[in-house]
Amino acid sequence: MKITIWGTRGSLPAPSPDNNEFGGNTSCVSVTQGDTLVILDAGSGIRRLGNSMPPGISRIDILLTHLHLDHIMGLGFFLPLYNPNMRVNIWGPTGYKESLFTRLQRYLSPPLFPIRLQDLPSQPQIFEINESSFDIGPFRIKSSYICHPGPTVGFRIENGSAVLTYMPDHEPALGAAHFPHEPAWTSGYELARGADLLLHDAQYTPEEYLPRVGWGHSTMDDALKFAEMAAVKKLLFFHHDPSHTDQQIQHQLHQAMGNKRFPFEVGIAAEGTVFQLPEG
Amino acid sequence: MATNHIEVILSRQLADCLTIPVFLTDPEGNLLFYNEPAEELLGKRYEETGQMPVSEWSTIFSPMDRSGNRIPPEDLPLVKTLAHRRPAHGTFWIEGLHGEKNEISVTAYPLIGRPDRFLGAVALFWKTVEP
Ligand SMILES: [Zn+2]
Ligand SMILES: [Zn+2]
Repeated sequence: MKITIWGTRGSLPAPSPDNNEFGGNTSCVSVTQGDTLVILDAGSGIRRLGNSMPPGISRIDILLTHLHLDHIMGLGFFLPLYNPNMRVNIWGPTGYKESLFTRLQRYLSPPLFPIRLQDLPSQPQIFEINESSFDIGPFRIKSSYICHPGPTVGFRIENGSAVLTYMPDHEPALGAAHFPHEPAWTSGYELARGADLLLHDAQYTPEEYLPRVGWGHSTMDDALKFAEMAAVKKLLFFHHDPSHTDQQIQHQLHQAMGNKRFPFEVGIAAEGTVFQLPEG
Repeated sequence: MATNHIEVILSRQLADCLTIPVFLTDPEGNLLFYNEPAEELLGKRYEETGQMPVSEWSTIFSPMDRSGNRIPPEDLPLVKTLAHRRPAHGTFWIEGLHGEKNEISVTAYPLIGRPDRFLGAVALFWKTVEP
């Protein structure tokens, strides 16, 4: 499967000459195999994806981890939603009483947005997920609630033996006296176990994290501990803080890595990067 | 190894921070976690016992009413919560390690996650009379 990163930023788009390397758009990742296209989150990065759709695509599945604005703000600017011949499915987490449709409509309706969700020419179908397993084309997808404020899921996408895990907003260390606990007591472990590629929240420096415990985000240190426990093969830090420049994110990485060695590859997710995971 | 549901993980992490005894069970009543204050009640350490089936932990206590009669398990708040998926409250007496009787109040509540997943129960204990 081919994985393309269209947005890596957390919370708010942060376009700036200082952010060119890792990018300023908010969360969006596409996963393709043949004519199957799955999009993870609809942050501002989805706009550019909409303008460069691979040919032959007649169905698009958008998987939303949660409804924080940085993960849905691009929806209304995603051109395929205005194509009546495109079949679009939107998948997102079940809440308490309000349907996913109603919650999404809060954003996709006036006064926040001129066009209502139900008036979009592609007439997207909405599917609610929670602790779910489902198939899209060749992909086996698992979703599970993970630690982040409000209904939030992480995703595990399997294609043969290739595994991508996506947890852009995740605070598995919340409340844990000695993080990490054993796997059974660690949020998101099952989704990340043995993944070839893990895209994981690493928004804060340790100093920034302390006054923001419970906000739903991680430090690079905690993302590293989580990735090590889950025995992933590659970890990319994701959901960069909008106030961090490329240089600061690099510095954050050096601080977190120090002289430590990890039995997996570690890097910083950058907008525009493409990965191929062989099916195996 | 299956990871516990996030609601169960967060319940444990909360219990871990509290100074009142807390039990956390799965839907079948298996004791998944008990915190340090609850170790005093059970006379056991979580680090040593790990999880405990209901048959084991329920016999460690011998809950009695005011007159010293054994209370059947189905009348205990935690067991009621597990059976009916509703909060329950009650008071009973247990014998301490040195034969002293302690009055204990228990409030149990079910863990029901989105959209309607019954995931277990939490019991909070108060020793109402110090020996
Ligand atoms: Zn976010
Ligand atoms: Zn969020």
